[in-house]
Amino acid sequence: MSLLRPFTIAEQIDEAASCKTMRFIGTLHADPGQFVMIWIPGKDEFPMSVSYTGEAFGVTYKIIGEGTQSLSAMKPGERVGIRGPYGRGFEVHGRRMLAVAGGAGMAVIAPLIDMAIEKGAEVDLVLGARTESEIIMRGRCESAGAEVHISTDDGTAGAKGLATDITSQLLENATFDSVCACGPEKMIAGVYSMSKKLDLPFQASLERFIKCGIGICDSCAIDGMHVCKDGPVFSGEVLATLDDFGKGRLSPSGRRLPLD
Amino acid sequence: MTGLEVEIAGMRLRNPTILASGVLDETGKSMLKVANAGAGALVSKSVGLYERQGHPNPCVAEVECGLLNAMGLPNPGVEAYAAEIAEAKKGEVPVIGSAFGVDADEIAEVAALLCAAGADAIELNLSCPHAEGYGAEIGSDPDNVRHICESTKAKVSRPVLAKLTPNTSSITELAIAAQDGGADGVVAINTLKAMSICPELRMPVLSNRVGGLSGPAVRSVGVRCVFEIFEAVDIPIIGVGGVSTARDALEYLMAGARAVQIGTAIRSRGTDVFAEVCSGLTEFMSKNDYRSIQEMVGGAHHVTA
Ligand SMILES: Cc1cc2nc3c(=O)[nH]c(=O)nc-3n(C[C@H](O)[C@H](O)[C@H](O)COP(=O)(O)OP(=O)(O)OC[C@H]3O[C@@H](n4cnc5c(N)ncnc54)[C@H](O)[C@@H]3O)c2cc1C
Ligand SMILES: Cc1cc2nc3c(=O)[nH]c(=O)nc-3n(C[C@H](O)[C@H](O)[C@H](O)COP(=O)(O)O)c2cc1C
Ligand code: FES
Repeated sequence: MSLLRPFTIAEQIDEAASCKTMRFIGTLHADPGQFVMIWIPGKDEFPMSVSYTGEAFGVTYKIIGEGTQSLSAMKPGERVGIRGPYGRGFEVHGRRMLAVAGGAGMAVIAPLIDMAIEKGAEVDLVLGARTESEIIMRGRCESAGAEVHISTDDGTAGAKGLATDITSQLLENATFDSVCACGPEKMIAGVYSMSKKLDLPFQASLERFIKCGIGICDSCAIDGMHVCKDGPVFSGEVLATLDDFGKGRLSPSGRRLPLD
Repeated sequence: MTGLEVEIAGMRLRNPTILASGVLDETGKSMLKVANAGAGALVSKSVGLYERQGHPNPCVAEVECGLLNAMGLPNPGVEAYAAEIAEAKKGEVPVIGSAFGVDADEIAEVAALLCAAGADAIELNLSCPHAEGYGAEIGSDPDNVRHICESTKAKVSRPVLAKLTPNTSSITELAIAAQDGGADGVVAINTLKAMSICPELRMPVLSNRVGGLSGPAVRSVGVRCVFEIFEAVDIPIIGVGGVSTARDALEYLMAGARAVQIGTAIRSRGTDVFAEVCSGLTEFMSKNDYRSIQEMVGGAHHVTA
């Protein structure tokens, strides 16, 4: 059980255009990939992965709608309600890992890189973004010791193209023990199918609409699995069994929609 | 009938554990998973005629001894939901369709559509405590309960169960009204109207402010309700509220329930809870020389207070 706790905001840090990190006063331990439910009193409650674990823990968020806008308007000293951490995070497999992050997916991949390097693994990171100004946490991963490969859709930084393009080149030219991904599900599905061809252990973090966060309301269901409890990180073996992976999701009412 | 088998309103269940409405039942595949984990029957999510988003987040709050929810009856509408029932039926256990609506006609219409989608029986949600104009708001009045049961019975040929609210001065009056209206059984209890406040943030946690309390905290209330209803009606009773072990289920059986529903316990015990409760029941029965569940139903009523 995880009771709601109030936490005071320590600071808001601009990461990139419309992306911020919020750090809190206090401690919360989470594995890379685990998430918390953040409640902005009177507004909304939504899931955010823990991008900084332990003392002065934090989340890194992209401003996309009303809820994240309200979060970005909050000032140090103000309080939010937090419950969690919830879900299952990433595990480190093997000595050399390829991590692929798209957009705000870096919020999940950054603490994974910290953990992998701490455990003695070598990490190559493919960091994909639409444009240079949306690249986040590059410095953090470089100083952690990862080999960083940038790609942007418009070619303003690194290679021009999709994160999956560099990923496929790296997989052709080097040997990896495992592959991890977080970002748009279409990107994840692309990286998954490449890893599968090479028989590499694969893990990825998925998103679905979270209500309860504790595995009972069925809002986040994908083929009988629950993003909030069985995930958000799923192994390649599990993903292989999910018909809706890369294809379908549920609306907050439970209506079946194609993945956008 | 021997062992764990039970009969309720003409339905034969392989065991007396049933998935409660609103828990792991938005999708057919999740219901199927619960059937495969050992549940004797499944109750669907409560569905209505039209799509509803439900209340905004936060719609759950964990408390020490239970859980508050104000989901607000989210559902895609009965027509879209039909495919989920079809999927759940692959589990080869009875699927009970839970229906809600604004009045007797609308509820009966939803019930008929659920039956057309393959539901083996209907559970009338006369008891949701957190959706304005639905559930307990219309289910707290015995006349309404009777009328809704009558209207539904007139429209469907499958068994109809009335799920009652404990948020009333007399749940037995509601049970009697359901029986008078032709219901084939009653289900007790739905959640207790409740609130949780975060003192530091000076605000009720749920966006709807008020929600329904479930889990261990409500078990003793549920058991008392079932005990009272058992003395007042002849139709079968299904006990719900805070069941997570065989002992909890036995309390309900001894109070007069023929079966129990399980919801919140899935949070801590996962879907294994159904098989765990069943094996505990089998063990209790062999230790205490019971050959069937039916022999235990109402077992606690020999004492006159
Ligand atoms: C396990 C998990 C971890 C996440 N981690 C991060 C993270 O670290 N950084 C980050 O920027 N984003 C993360 N997200 C996505 C984040 O929850 C949404 O971006 C956020 O809720 C948007 O809220 P909004 O009010 O600003 O947008 P809205 O305008 O309300 O909605 C825009 C979109 O956001 C998504 N969304 C809204 N509410 C929810 C909800 N309750 N559950 C899931 N998705 C929702 C939906 O796709 C919706 O279409 C995560 C999502 C999940 C499921
Ligand atoms: C998240 C959640 C959603 C629920 N939704 C419904 C519902 O849609 N219809 C209904 O009749 N009961 C609903 N209930 C009530 C349960 O079916 C059950 O009556 C109650 O939770 C008590 O049982 P429990 O302690 O085993 O959970 C819901 C309960 C929970 C926790
Ligand atoms: S959000 Fe409720 S089951 Fe996952």
